[in-house]
Amino acid sequence: MSLWEYANPVKFLNLSTRALPWVSALSVICLIVGLIWGFFFTPDDYRMGSTVKIIYIHVPAALMAINSWFMMLVASLIWLIRRHHVSALAAKAAAPVGLVMTLIALITGAIWGQPMWGTWWAWDPRLTSFLILFQFYIGYLALWKSIENPDSAADLTSILCIVGSVFAVLSRYAVNFWNQGLHQGASLSLDKEKNVADVFYQPLLLSIAGFVFLFLTLVLIGTRSEIRIRRASVIAARKLLL
Amino acid sequence: MRIVLLRDLKLAMRVGGGFGLAIMFFLILVVLVPFGIGPDAALLSAISPGILWIGALLACLLSLDRIFSLDYEDGTLDHLAIAPLPLESVVLAKATAHWLTTGLPLGLISPLLGLMLGLPIEGYLWLVLSLVLGTPALSVIGTFGAALTLGLKRGGLLLSVLVLPLYGPTLIFGAEVARRGSAGIELQTPLLMLLGLSFGVMAILPFASAAVLRINLR
Repeated sequence: MSLWEYANPVKFLNLSTRALPWVSALSVICLIVGLIWGFFFTPDDYRMGSTVKIIYIHVPAALMAINSWFMMLVASLIWLIRRHHVSALAAKAAAPVGLVMTLIALITGAIWGQPMWGTWWAWDPRLTSFLILFQFYIGYLALWKSIENPDSAADLTSILCIVGSVFAVLSRYAVNFWNQGLHQGASLSLDKEKNVADVFYQPLLLSIAGFVFLFLTLVLIGTRSEIRIRRASVIAARKLLL
Repeated sequence: MRIVLLRDLKLAMRVGGGFGLAIMFFLILVVLVPFGIGPDAALLSAISPGILWIGALLACLLSLDRIFSLDYEDGTLDHLAIAPLPLESVVLAKATAHWLTTGLPLGLISPLLGLMLGLPIEGYLWLVLSLVLGTPALSVIGTFGAALTLGLKRGGLLLSVLVLPLYGPTLIFGAEVARRGSAGIELQTPLLMLLGLSFGVMAILPFASAAVLRINLR
Protein backbone atom coordinates (compact mmCIF):
# COMPACT_ATOMS: atom_id res chain seq x y z
CA MET A 1 0.00 0.00 0.00
CA SER A 2 1.61 3.17 -1.09
CA LEU A 3 0.60 6.54 -2.39
CA TRP A 4 1.80 5.60 -5.86
CA GLU A 5 -0.96 3.01 -6.17
CA TYR A 6 -3.35 5.82 -6.94
CA ALA A 7 -1.40 6.55 -10.10
CA ASN A 8 -3.58 3.77 -11.45
CA PRO A 9 -6.66 5.59 -12.82
CA VAL A 10 -9.04 2.80 -11.75
CA LYS A 11 -7.79 2.86 -8.18
CA PHE A 12 -7.88 6.63 -8.19
CA LEU A 13 -11.47 6.62 -9.44
CA ASN A 14 -12.50 4.11 -6.77
CA LEU A 15 -10.84 6.07 -4.00
CA SER A 16 -12.22 9.38 -5.18
CA THR A 17 -15.73 7.95 -5.51
CA ARG A 18 -15.54 7.05 -1.86
CA ALA A 19 -13.84 10.28 -0.75
CA LEU A 20 -15.80 12.77 -2.80
CA PRO A 21 -19.04 12.83 -0.74
CA TRP A 22 -17.06 13.34 2.48
CA VAL A 23 -14.81 16.03 1.10
CA SER A 24 -17.64 17.94 -0.53
CA ALA A 25 -19.85 17.65 2.57
CA LEU A 26 -16.99 18.92 4.75
CA SER A 27 -16.43 21.83 2.41
CA VAL A 28 -20.12 22.79 2.43
CA ILE A 29 -20.36 22.53 6.21
CA CYS A 30 -17.16 24.48 6.87
CA LEU A 31 -18.08 27.19 4.37
CA ILE A 32 -21.64 27.59 5.63
CA VAL A 33 -20.68 27.65 9.30
CA GLY A 34 -17.56 29.72 8.79
CA LEU A 35 -19.13 32.32 6.54
CA ILE A 36 -22.38 32.69 8.51
CA TRP A 37 -20.42 32.90 11.74
CA GLY A 38 -18.07 35.39 10.19
CA PHE A 39 -20.70 37.52 8.50
CA PHE A 40 -23.41 37.67 11.16
CA PHE A 41 -21.95 36.75 14.52
CA THR A 42 -18.72 38.73 14.72
CA PRO A 43 -18.52 42.37 15.78
CA ASP A 44 -17.52 45.12 13.34
CA ASP A 45 -13.91 46.19 13.46
CA TYR A 46 -13.45 49.50 15.26
CA ARG A 47 -11.60 51.04 12.34
CA MET A 48 -12.76 49.17 9.29
CA GLY A 49 -16.41 48.70 10.23
CA SER A 50 -18.24 45.89 8.56
CA THR A 51 -15.90 45.85 5.55
CA VAL A 52 -13.58 43.66 7.61
CA LYS A 53 -15.89 40.74 6.90
CA ILE A 54 -14.65 40.34 3.36
CA ILE A 55 -11.57 38.78 5.00
CA TYR A 56 -13.51 35.49 5.20
CA ILE A 57 -13.47 35.25 1.43
CA HIS A 58 -10.42 37.27 0.47
CA VAL A 59 -7.79 35.58 2.64
CA PRO A 60 -8.81 31.95 1.95
CA ALA A 61 -9.09 32.64 -1.78
CA ALA A 62 -5.66 34.27 -1.89
CA LEU A 63 -4.21 31.39 0.08
CA MET A 64 -5.69 28.81 -2.26
CA ALA A 65 -4.61 30.80 -5.33
CA ILE A 66 -0.98 30.38 -4.32
CA ASN A 67 -1.34 26.87 -2.97
CA SER A 68 -3.07 25.58 -6.06
CA TRP A 69 -0.13 26.77 -8.17
CA PHE A 70 2.13 25.03 -5.69
CA MET A 71 0.08 21.87 -5.99
CA MET A 72 0.33 22.11 -9.79
CA LEU A 73 4.09 22.42 -9.46
CA VAL A 74 4.32 19.27 -7.31
CA ALA A 75 1.96 17.37 -9.63
CA SER A 76 4.00 18.48 -12.67
CA LEU A 77 7.20 17.27 -11.06
CA ILE A 78 5.60 13.92 -10.24
CA TRP A 79 4.43 13.63 -13.84
CA LEU A 80 7.85 14.49 -15.25
CA ILE A 81 9.73 12.19 -12.91
CA ARG A 82 7.43 9.20 -12.52
CA ARG A 83 5.06 9.58 -15.50
CA HIS A 84 1.85 9.12 -13.52
CA HIS A 85 -0.99 10.23 -15.74
CA VAL A 86 -3.36 11.01 -12.87
CA SER A 87 -0.84 13.50 -11.57
CA ALA A 88 -0.69 15.40 -14.87
CA LEU A 89 -4.46 15.43 -15.09
CA ALA A 90 -4.75 16.67 -11.50
CA ALA A 91 -2.44 19.56 -12.38
CA LYS A 92 -4.64 20.35 -15.35
CA ALA A 93 -7.76 20.18 -13.20
CA ALA A 94 -6.28 22.47 -10.55
CA ALA A 95 -5.43 25.29 -12.96
CA PRO A 96 -8.94 26.66 -13.59
CA VAL A 97 -9.70 26.46 -9.87
CA GLY A 98 -6.55 28.41 -9.08
CA LEU A 99 -7.39 30.94 -11.78
CA VAL A 100 -10.82 31.57 -10.25
CA MET A 101 -9.34 31.80 -6.75
CA THR A 102 -6.87 34.42 -8.01
CA LEU A 103 -9.73 36.35 -9.58
CA ILE A 104 -11.79 36.15 -6.37
CA ALA A 105 -8.85 37.42 -4.36
CA LEU A 106 -8.26 40.30 -6.79
CA ILE A 107 -11.93 41.28 -6.99
CA THR A 108 -12.72 41.04 -3.27
CA GLY A 109 -9.52 42.97 -2.65
CA ALA A 110 -10.67 45.70 -5.02
CA ILE A 111 -14.10 45.83 -3.39
CA TRP A 112 -12.46 46.18 0.01
CA GLY A 113 -9.82 48.60 -1.21
CA GLN A 114 -12.28 51.10 -2.64
CA PRO A 115 -13.78 52.24 0.69
CA MET A 116 -10.62 51.58 2.73
CA TRP A 117 -7.77 52.84 0.57
CA GLY A 118 -9.92 55.05 -1.64
CA THR A 119 -8.87 53.20 -4.76
CA TRP A 120 -9.88 50.02 -6.57
CA TRP A 121 -6.38 49.23 -7.65
CA ALA A 122 -2.87 50.25 -6.72
CA TRP A 123 0.45 49.09 -8.11
CA ASP A 124 1.36 47.61 -4.80
CA PRO A 125 3.78 44.61 -4.70
CA ARG A 126 1.20 42.13 -3.42
CA LEU A 127 -1.48 43.25 -5.85
CA THR A 128 0.93 43.25 -8.76
CA SER A 129 2.28 39.80 -8.00
CA PHE A 130 -1.26 38.45 -7.90
CA LEU A 131 -1.89 39.99 -11.28
CA ILE A 132 1.26 38.26 -12.54
CA LEU A 133 0.08 34.96 -11.03
CA PHE A 134 -3.18 35.47 -12.90
CA GLN A 135 -1.24 35.85 -16.16
CA PHE A 136 0.68 32.67 -15.44
CA TYR A 137 -2.54 30.72 -14.93
CA ILE A 138 -3.86 32.05 -18.23
CA GLY A 139 -0.69 31.11 -20.09
CA TYR A 140 -0.69 27.63 -18.53
CA LEU A 141 -4.31 27.00 -19.48
CA ALA A 142 -3.81 28.40 -22.97
CA LEU A 143 -0.92 26.01 -23.55
CA TRP A 144 -3.02 23.03 -22.40
CA LYS A 145 -5.82 24.08 -24.73
CA SER A 146 -3.67 24.48 -27.80
CA ILE A 147 -1.72 21.19 -27.91
CA GLU A 148 -3.53 18.18 -29.28
CA ASN A 149 -1.32 15.29 -28.20
CA PRO A 150 -2.21 14.81 -24.50
CA ASP A 151 1.22 13.50 -23.48
CA SER A 152 3.17 16.33 -25.11
CA ALA A 153 0.69 18.78 -23.65
CA ALA A 154 1.29 17.35 -20.18
CA ASP A 155 5.07 17.48 -20.68
CA LEU A 156 5.16 21.01 -22.05
CA THR A 157 2.77 22.45 -19.47
CA SER A 158 4.74 20.76 -16.69
CA ILE A 159 7.95 22.43 -17.83
CA LEU A 160 6.11 25.73 -18.22
CA CYS A 161 4.80 25.33 -14.69
CA ILE A 162 8.31 24.80 -13.30
CA VAL A 163 9.84 27.70 -15.24
CA GLY A 164 6.81 29.83 -14.43
CA SER A 165 7.21 29.11 -10.72
CA VAL A 166 10.77 30.40 -10.79
CA PHE A 167 9.70 33.53 -12.63
CA ALA A 168 6.68 34.03 -10.38
CA VAL A 169 9.00 34.09 -7.35
CA LEU A 170 11.38 36.42 -9.21
CA SER A 171 8.52 38.76 -10.08
CA ARG A 172 7.36 38.73 -6.49
CA TYR A 173 10.75 40.04 -5.36
CA ALA A 174 11.16 42.33 -8.35
CA VAL A 175 7.96 44.22 -7.58
CA ASN A 176 9.02 44.45 -3.94
CA PHE A 177 11.63 46.72 -5.34
CA TRP A 178 9.24 49.63 -5.84
CA ASN A 179 8.07 50.22 -2.32
CA GLN A 180 6.15 48.62 0.47
CA GLY A 181 2.80 49.71 -0.92
CA LEU A 182 -0.63 49.85 0.61
CA HIS A 183 -1.35 46.23 1.44
CA GLN A 184 -0.92 45.28 5.07
CA GLY A 185 1.42 42.49 6.13
CA ALA A 186 0.38 38.88 6.29
CA SER A 187 -2.76 38.31 8.32
CA LEU A 188 -1.78 34.77 9.13
CA SER A 189 1.58 33.19 9.55
CA LEU A 190 2.80 30.01 11.10
CA ASP A 191 5.86 31.27 12.91
CA LYS A 192 4.72 34.58 14.33
CA GLU A 193 2.00 35.34 16.80
CA LYS A 194 -1.27 36.01 15.12
CA ASN A 195 -2.23 39.48 13.97
CA VAL A 196 -5.95 38.84 13.96
CA ALA A 197 -8.06 38.97 17.10
CA ASP A 198 -9.63 35.72 18.28
CA VAL A 199 -13.21 36.71 17.42
CA PHE A 200 -12.25 37.01 13.77
CA TYR A 201 -9.64 34.28 13.84
CA GLN A 202 -11.85 31.26 14.54
CA PRO A 203 -14.42 31.79 11.77
CA LEU A 204 -11.53 32.68 9.45
CA LEU A 205 -9.87 29.33 10.12
CA LEU A 206 -13.17 27.59 9.44
CA SER A 207 -13.67 29.33 6.13
CA ILE A 208 -10.06 28.58 5.15
CA ALA A 209 -10.76 24.91 5.88
CA GLY A 210 -13.91 25.25 3.78
CA PHE A 211 -11.91 26.67 0.87
CA VAL A 212 -9.31 23.90 1.15
CA PHE A 213 -12.03 21.23 1.01
CA LEU A 214 -13.75 23.10 -1.81
CA PHE A 215 -10.49 23.12 -3.75
CA LEU A 216 -10.02 19.38 -3.11
CA THR A 217 -13.58 18.67 -4.22
CA LEU A 218 -13.21 20.65 -7.43
CA VAL A 219 -9.83 19.12 -8.26
CA LEU A 220 -11.15 15.61 -7.63
CA ILE A 221 -14.17 16.23 -9.85
CA GLY A 222 -11.98 17.81 -12.51
CA THR A 223 -9.47 14.96 -12.47
CA ARG A 224 -12.24 12.37 -12.65
CA SER A 225 -13.83 14.02 -15.64
CA GLU A 226 -10.40 14.36 -17.32
CA ILE A 227 -9.84 10.62 -16.86
CA ARG A 228 -13.25 9.89 -18.33
CA ILE A 229 -12.69 12.25 -21.26
CA ARG A 230 -9.44 10.44 -21.91
CA ARG A 231 -11.24 7.08 -21.83
CA ALA A 232 -14.02 8.31 -24.08
CA SER A 233 -11.54 9.56 -26.65
CA VAL A 234 -9.74 6.21 -26.61
CA ILE A 235 -13.04 4.40 -27.16
CA ALA A 236 -13.94 6.79 -29.96
CA ALA A 237 -10.56 6.26 -31.59
CA ARG A 238 -10.96 2.49 -31.34
CA LYS A 239 -14.40 2.64 -32.99
CA LEU A 240 -12.93 4.71 -35.78
CA LEU A 241 -10.35 2.02 -36.43
CA LEU A 242 -12.84 -0.84 -36.60
CA MET B 1 28.16 26.12 -31.86
CA ARG B 2 29.94 28.88 -33.71
CA ILE B 3 28.78 27.45 -37.01
CA VAL B 4 25.16 27.43 -35.89
CA LEU B 5 25.57 30.99 -34.69
CA LEU B 6 27.18 32.21 -37.92
CA ARG B 7 24.60 30.40 -40.02
CA ASP B 8 21.73 32.01 -38.13
CA LEU B 9 23.35 35.42 -38.39
CA LYS B 10 23.84 35.01 -42.12
CA LEU B 11 20.25 33.89 -42.62
CA ALA B 12 18.97 36.82 -40.62
CA MET B 13 21.04 39.36 -42.56
CA ARG B 14 19.97 38.16 -45.98
CA VAL B 15 16.93 39.52 -47.73
CA GLY B 16 13.73 38.32 -46.10
CA GLY B 17 15.61 37.38 -42.97
CA GLY B 18 13.83 40.01 -40.99
CA PHE B 19 16.95 41.81 -39.81
CA GLY B 20 16.15 45.48 -39.45
CA LEU B 21 12.43 44.84 -39.24
CA ALA B 22 12.62 44.73 -35.46
CA ILE B 23 14.49 48.02 -35.48
CA MET B 24 11.95 49.61 -37.79
CA PHE B 25 9.18 48.37 -35.50
CA PHE B 26 10.97 49.84 -32.49
CA LEU B 27 11.35 53.17 -34.28
CA ILE B 28 7.71 53.36 -35.34
CA LEU B 29 6.45 52.31 -31.92
CA VAL B 30 8.48 54.99 -30.18
CA VAL B 31 7.33 57.59 -32.67
CA LEU B 32 3.72 56.56 -32.12
CA VAL B 33 3.89 57.18 -28.39
CA PRO B 34 3.92 61.00 -28.63
CA PHE B 35 1.01 60.69 -31.08
CA GLY B 36 -0.95 58.97 -28.35
CA ILE B 37 0.21 60.95 -25.36
CA GLY B 38 0.70 64.38 -26.86
CA PRO B 39 3.83 66.44 -27.38
CA ASP B 40 4.26 67.48 -23.73
CA ALA B 41 8.08 67.47 -23.43
CA ALA B 42 8.24 67.14 -19.64
CA LEU B 43 5.86 64.19 -19.59
CA LEU B 44 7.62 62.43 -22.45
CA SER B 45 10.99 62.96 -20.87
CA ALA B 46 9.75 61.45 -17.62
CA ILE B 47 8.33 58.31 -19.22
CA SER B 48 10.94 57.88 -21.97
CA PRO B 49 13.04 55.15 -20.23
CA GLY B 50 9.92 53.05 -19.74
CA ILE B 51 8.71 53.58 -23.30
CA LEU B 52 12.09 52.64 -24.76
CA TRP B 53 12.24 49.50 -22.65
CA ILE B 54 8.70 48.42 -23.54
CA GLY B 55 9.43 49.18 -27.20
CA ALA B 56 12.56 47.04 -27.11
CA LEU B 57 10.64 44.25 -25.39
CA LEU B 58 7.88 44.23 -27.99
CA ALA B 59 10.37 44.39 -30.85
CA CYS B 60 12.12 41.36 -29.36
CA LEU B 61 8.82 39.53 -28.95
CA LEU B 62 7.88 40.12 -32.56
CA SER B 63 10.87 38.31 -33.96
CA LEU B 64 10.77 35.32 -31.60
CA ASP B 65 8.77 32.90 -33.71
CA ARG B 66 11.44 33.08 -36.41
CA ILE B 67 14.03 31.52 -34.11
CA PHE B 68 12.96 27.92 -34.63
CA SER B 69 10.04 27.87 -37.05
CA LEU B 70 12.00 27.94 -40.32
CA ASP B 71 14.42 25.27 -39.15
CA TYR B 72 11.53 23.22 -37.88
CA GLU B 73 9.69 23.38 -41.18
CA ASP B 74 12.58 22.32 -43.40
CA GLY B 75 13.85 19.65 -41.00
CA THR B 76 17.12 21.34 -40.05
CA LEU B 77 16.10 21.23 -36.43
CA ASP B 78 15.83 17.44 -36.48
CA HIS B 79 19.37 17.28 -37.76
CA LEU B 80 20.57 19.69 -35.12
CA ALA B 81 18.86 17.56 -32.48
CA ILE B 82 20.79 14.43 -33.47
CA ALA B 83 24.05 16.28 -34.14
CA PRO B 84 26.95 15.66 -31.72
CA LEU B 85 26.53 19.23 -30.46
CA PRO B 86 24.24 19.20 -27.39
CA LEU B 87 20.83 20.70 -28.07
CA GLU B 88 21.37 23.05 -25.14
CA SER B 89 24.29 24.67 -27.01
CA VAL B 90 22.20 24.95 -30.17
CA VAL B 91 19.56 26.77 -28.16
CA LEU B 92 22.12 29.11 -26.65
CA ALA B 93 23.66 29.79 -30.07
CA LYS B 94 20.25 30.58 -31.51
CA ALA B 95 19.44 32.88 -28.62
CA THR B 96 22.76 34.64 -29.13
CA ALA B 97 22.04 35.08 -32.84
CA HIS B 98 18.64 36.50 -31.95
CA TRP B 99 20.21 38.93 -29.52
CA LEU B 100 22.88 40.02 -31.99
CA THR B 101 20.23 40.78 -34.60
CA THR B 102 17.64 42.43 -32.33
CA GLY B 103 18.68 43.26 -28.76
CA LEU B 104 22.11 44.67 -29.51
CA PRO B 105 21.09 46.92 -32.46
CA LEU B 106 18.06 48.08 -30.47
CA GLY B 107 20.30 49.05 -27.59
CA LEU B 108 22.70 50.87 -29.87
CA ILE B 109 19.99 52.81 -31.67
CA SER B 110 18.10 53.72 -28.50
CA PRO B 111 20.00 56.99 -27.80
CA LEU B 112 18.63 58.40 -31.06
CA LEU B 113 15.11 57.63 -29.97
CA GLY B 114 15.88 58.85 -26.47
CA LEU B 115 16.82 62.16 -28.06
CA MET B 116 13.43 62.37 -29.74
CA LEU B 117 11.64 61.71 -26.48
CA GLY B 118 13.77 64.22 -24.59
CA LEU B 119 15.60 61.76 -22.33
CA PRO B 120 17.74 63.70 -19.82
CA ILE B 121 21.41 63.84 -20.78
CA GLU B 122 22.63 61.70 -17.84
CA GLY B 123 20.37 58.88 -18.95
CA TYR B 124 21.90 57.88 -22.28
CA LEU B 125 24.77 55.79 -21.04
CA TRP B 126 22.55 53.90 -18.59
CA LEU B 127 19.80 53.41 -21.14
CA VAL B 128 22.19 51.80 -23.62
CA LEU B 129 23.89 49.80 -20.90
CA SER B 130 20.61 48.52 -19.44
CA LEU B 131 19.31 47.52 -22.87
CA VAL B 132 22.55 45.85 -23.93
CA LEU B 133 22.79 43.95 -20.65
CA GLY B 134 19.09 43.19 -20.28
CA THR B 135 18.06 42.14 -23.78
CA PRO B 136 20.08 38.88 -23.63
CA ALA B 137 17.63 37.76 -20.94
CA LEU B 138 14.75 38.68 -23.26
CA SER B 139 16.28 36.62 -26.07
CA VAL B 140 16.93 33.56 -23.89
CA ILE B 141 13.47 33.65 -22.28
CA GLY B 142 11.96 34.19 -25.71
CA THR B 143 13.81 31.18 -27.07
CA PHE B 144 12.12 29.10 -24.38
CA GLY B 145 8.72 30.45 -25.44
CA ALA B 146 9.50 29.83 -29.11
CA ALA B 147 10.49 26.25 -28.29
CA LEU B 148 7.23 25.73 -26.37
CA THR B 149 5.01 26.88 -29.24
CA LEU B 150 7.10 25.23 -31.94
CA GLY B 151 4.70 22.64 -33.28
CA LEU B 152 1.64 24.83 -33.19
CA LYS B 153 0.02 26.44 -36.14
CA ARG B 154 -0.72 30.08 -35.45
CA GLY B 155 1.29 29.92 -32.25
CA GLY B 156 2.15 33.62 -32.41
CA LEU B 157 -0.47 34.92 -30.01
CA LEU B 158 0.03 32.04 -27.62
CA LEU B 159 3.76 32.79 -27.68
CA SER B 160 3.09 36.35 -26.49
CA VAL B 161 0.71 35.17 -23.78
CA LEU B 162 3.33 32.74 -22.50
CA VAL B 163 6.40 34.94 -22.79
CA LEU B 164 5.14 38.34 -21.63
CA PRO B 165 4.59 37.33 -17.97
CA LEU B 166 8.08 35.82 -17.99
CA TYR B 167 9.46 39.16 -19.17
CA GLY B 168 8.16 40.94 -16.05
CA PRO B 169 11.27 40.86 -13.83
CA THR B 170 13.64 41.80 -16.67
CA LEU B 171 11.47 44.75 -17.61
CA ILE B 172 11.18 45.91 -14.00
CA PHE B 173 14.93 45.87 -13.36
CA GLY B 174 15.94 47.14 -16.80
CA ALA B 175 13.54 50.05 -16.79
CA GLU B 176 14.53 50.80 -13.20
CA VAL B 177 18.18 51.10 -14.23
CA ALA B 178 17.27 53.41 -17.13
CA ARG B 179 14.92 55.48 -14.98
CA ARG B 180 17.35 55.87 -12.11
CA GLY B 181 20.09 56.66 -14.60
CA SER B 182 18.10 59.46 -16.16
CA ALA B 183 17.14 60.79 -12.74
CA GLY B 184 20.77 60.62 -11.67
CA ILE B 185 20.25 58.48 -8.56
CA GLU B 186 22.11 55.45 -7.29
CA LEU B 187 21.42 52.43 -9.53
CA GLN B 188 23.87 49.76 -8.49
CA THR B 189 21.26 47.40 -7.02
CA PRO B 190 18.91 47.15 -10.02
CA LEU B 191 21.89 46.99 -12.35
CA LEU B 192 23.34 44.04 -10.46
CA MET B 193 19.93 42.38 -10.35
CA LEU B 194 19.56 42.85 -14.11
CA LEU B 195 22.99 41.36 -14.73
CA GLY B 196 22.26 38.48 -12.39
CA LEU B 197 18.99 37.82 -14.17
CA SER B 198 20.63 37.85 -17.61
CA PHE B 199 23.42 35.49 -16.64
CA GLY B 200 21.10 33.33 -14.57
CA VAL B 201 18.66 32.65 -17.39
CA MET B 202 21.57 32.13 -19.79
CA ALA B 203 22.92 29.43 -17.49
CA ILE B 204 19.69 27.63 -16.66
CA LEU B 205 16.97 28.24 -19.21
CA PRO B 206 18.67 26.58 -22.24
CA PHE B 207 18.21 23.25 -20.43
CA ALA B 208 14.46 23.83 -20.18
CA SER B 209 14.31 25.00 -23.82
CA ALA B 210 16.23 21.95 -25.03
CA ALA B 211 13.96 19.64 -23.02
CA VAL B 212 10.94 21.31 -24.57
CA LEU B 213 12.44 21.01 -28.06
CA ARG B 214 13.05 17.29 -27.55
CA ILE B 215 9.40 16.83 -26.53
CA ASN B 216 8.24 18.76 -29.57
CA LEU B 217 10.47 16.84 -31.96
CA ARG B 218 9.41 13.48 -30.52
